[in-house]
Amino acid sequence: MTDQATADGVGRQAPVTPPDSRPARAGRLPRALHPGAWWLWALGLATAASHTTNPLPLALLVAAAALVVVRRRGDAPWAFAFRMYLILGAVIVAMRVVFRLVFGGGQGDHVLLHLPEIPLPAWAAGIRLFGPVAAEQLLGGFYDGLRLATMLICLGAANALANPKRLLKAVPGALYAVSTAVVVALSVAPQLVESVLRVRRARRLRGAAGQGLRALRGIALPVLADALDRSLALAAAMDSRGYGRTAAIPAGQRALTGGLVLAGLVGVCVGTYGLLDTTVPGYLGLPMLIVGLATAVAGMLLAGRQVRRSRYRPDRWPITEVVVAGCGVATAVVMAVAGSVDPARLYPPVSPLTWPELTPLMLLVVAVAVAPAWLAPPPTLADHRTPRPVLIPSDGTTRSSPKRDTSESEAQR
Amino acid sequence: MIDFSRVTVHYAETPEPMLRDVNLHIPEGELCLVAGRTGAGKSTLLRAINGLVPHFTGGTLHGTVTVQGRDTRSHPPRDLADVVGIVGQDPLAAFVTDTVEEELAYGMEQLALPAPVMRKRVEETLDLLGIAELRDRPLRTLSGGQQQRVAIGAVLTSHPQVLVLDEPTSALDPTAAEDVLAAVTRLVHDLGVTVVVAEHRLERVVQFADRLLYLPGDGTVIDGEPAAVLADVDLAPPLVELGRAAGWTPLPLSVRDARRRASDLRQRLADAPAPPATPPPAGLPVLAARNIVVRYPGTVAVAGVDLDLHPGRIVALMGRNGSGKSSLLWAVQGSGPRHSGTVTVVGPDGATDPKTLPAGRARRRVGLVPQTPGDLLYLETVDAECAQADRESDASVGTCRALLDQLTPALPGDQHPRDLSEGQRLALALAVQLTAAPQVVLLDEPTRGLDYRAKRQFTAIVRRLATDGRAVVVATHDVELVAILADRVVVMAQGEIVADGTTAEVMLASPAFAPQVAKVLAPQPWLTVEQVTAALAEVGTRG
Repeated sequence: MTDQATADGVGRQAPVTPPDSRPARAGRLPRALHPGAWWLWALGLATAASHTTNPLPLALLVAAAALVVVRRRGDAPWAFAFRMYLILGAVIVAMRVVFRLVFGGGQGDHVLLHLPEIPLPAWAAGIRLFGPVAAEQLLGGFYDGLRLATMLICLGAANALANPKRLLKAVPGALYAVSTAVVVALSVAPQLVESVLRVRRARRLRGAAGQGLRALRGIALPVLADALDRSLALAAAMDSRGYGRTAAIPAGQRALTGGLVLAGLVGVCVGTYGLLDTTVPGYLGLPMLIVGLATAVAGMLLAGRQVRRSRYRPDRWPITEVVVAGCGVATAVVMAVAGSVDPARLYPPVSPLTWPELTPLMLLVVAVAVAPAWLAPPPTLADHRTPRPVLIPSDGTTRSSPKRDTSESEAQR
Repeated sequence: MIDFSRVTVHYAETPEPMLRDVNLHIPEGELCLVAGRTGAGKSTLLRAINGLVPHFTGGTLHGTVTVQGRDTRSHPPRDLADVVGIVGQDPLAAFVTDTVEEELAYGMEQLALPAPVMRKRVEETLDLLGIAELRDRPLRTLSGGQQQRVAIGAVLTSHPQVLVLDEPTSALDPTAAEDVLAAVTRLVHDLGVTVVVAEHRLERVVQFADRLLYLPGDGTVIDGEPAAVLADVDLAPPLVELGRAAGWTPLPLSVRDARRRASDLRQRLADAPAPPATPPPAGLPVLAARNIVVRYPGTVAVAGVDLDLHPGRIVALMGRNGSGKSSLLWAVQGSGPRHSGTVTVVGPDGATDPKTLPAGRARRRVGLVPQTPGDLLYLETVDAECAQADRESDASVGTCRALLDQLTPALPGDQHPRDLSEGQRLALALAVQLTAAPQVVLLDEPTRGLDYRAKRQFTAIVRRLATDGRAVVVATHDVELVAILADRVVVMAQGEIVADGTTAEVMLASPAFAPQVAKVLAPQPWLTVEQVTAALAEVGTRG
């Protein structure tokens, strides 16, 4: 009602701001994007990467993912994990090349160097250790490794951009108990590490007597006792705060929903298998997948309706999310189109050695993939200048914050 | 609001019932303080209010407990979540989510409140408890006082009519504790929430309480006005003891009360000789630490601290949570990290740095009892721990047991260390460390969870260590304990020493660290009831 009134008011008077600029601005406000959108985008990029071994589009895809991460990541700890994925990718490429070097067949004319071949017993025929190293062989390894590394880095980008715990929060209501268990487990792990460190330090205070099994016992027992105490305290706290206040659900209905979800998931598995394996009858493929999916969704919806719980600030899915997820899907689709148009360019032959080439379609793929760097809203960053209360010990009672200090000193000036 | 009718709680593993035939009626909007020794059944009483006893803990409950007309027999804790909010001693152990805002919303999500209501209540609660600037912070990075306020906020968002707090300030420094208690009293006065709070350090809460439930330990509950109940109870805050010594009735419960009545006492004390000043230490320090620096990623825990410890002296190390007290103790002992600086300990074979010694020999120079003494104990029985300690220290068989008997006589040897009370466990850990006969003893927050009696016992133990010629450091938040115990006080802030002097100098100089007696009798230099009674006796004999 109030919105209507203001709109009318604006309509009658001279408009201060052009009305059509408002939604765009709201979408551009700093906020965290729905984690699902980032995951869809990343999966699209990874799918596109899996369709090619051409190092040029692969490298550009990595660059696109990196640019989006740098421009749109928050300042949470996981946001800085992207570097780890880049390092892991480099390791994968190096491993592939080294494997080709060690176990490589002698294919290829451009032999770079001759390593002494290690003779293997007869039962290991077919495996060759070292021997001549050809450029084609190394290049093949590099292409393969780069494709795998790119897919991994794309998923790493999703990990850096989306809060993994918020993704868990976005699961359907029926899976709420599972997601709670995962969240609790995730927070228990660092606590466990902490108590191991604490007890190990304390062991030193007793002279750290005993080695091996005895020392392990000295550490494991207090840590386990600690963990048990803590989980009991947590369970008591969750119970007292209302966890598990479910409505009285008849046992029959509970069995029905459980059965539906389970049957649906089995259907999805069989359907996926049927889709990938061309030797099974056709009805086990796509139809089975759709039936399974429908059953599972029905079961989850039913179970979700029985849950009496609400969500605080649920992640919504406005237009920006659709755009970002769409960029990912479009990346995969355009790459598939490029594959059907000109497959040779996507899989450049290593023998004979040729320069990989870029086509306009590949450039389009990269352009779509990198678009969220501008289309997604900027992330919210924590204010590092948050004033923290400071106790001045000389008189003990004065509490002030840095902000106030400066204003006071300015006032004095 | 809360009604206990003929409630008896009996746990299977104890021969005597925890609560015996308790009848209580706590009306709406009351701040009710629960006091009693460790193991007297305070937690049982509190947890019976929302049905955790017996639904969660086991045991048998006879009689009925009703909260706002709901019987806990038919309502498990989760069905009382909208009426009773309960906050424990260790807030971190009870957090379900990982950021402040989500934690505040968790309880409401379980109650299926609509999203706009939740959003509004979260904002209100953030302001009510003064934690708005923490809203996005991960819970683990908060200080103890902040965590406790978040834990209180997290139950408040469900708008419970009853708030149950089980020792909410026991782990907090004095200022943080005051913050939490101020928040609680504000809830009572502004929102009319009924609050039931258990607390060992009565002096912090008793002045705000409308009534006191005292559990003597035999399962009964003494119920009445705080001043009336405290008059004939053996555990009492220093103010009450001062009131008794001065013969005031009714007993004062707040510093303001006492101060308005104290002019007469101040006059009587004006002629008395001032309490004897602590003489400067004679001889060389047994431990000298110079320019100690301890760094953790992102923070400097200890920033260039010098510390001298003299034999026979007790030093209190104070400062807010996270000011570097523990890091300093660990660095001095040699087991913790130390990035620069030197430590020299005088020993039978010359002065050495404990860091260069193997752990087994370092503990013969400097013994440290960590904040959770249970970390040191890992065997099944007290006897096994003692025997292991003798072996570790190459001491003759029975040394540790003899020490333990001095500390707490007649501790059954076949008991599991985890079944001991806090005080007994501390004594066992201390005995284990003393078996190595170190000349320097460091105690990190030893009085956490100790009641008045256990604290008195602990004070006697530490004094005996000092008279034996050991140098003792006690890191603590408890100003009353420091006033009784310490010869010297060192105050740390942000890894630096900001005050270092005799107990009287430091404690009389700042209101935050002044014990209650000093606040009442300022500007006269009295710190403890003992000093006052001694002075009064002297004035009496002269007069």
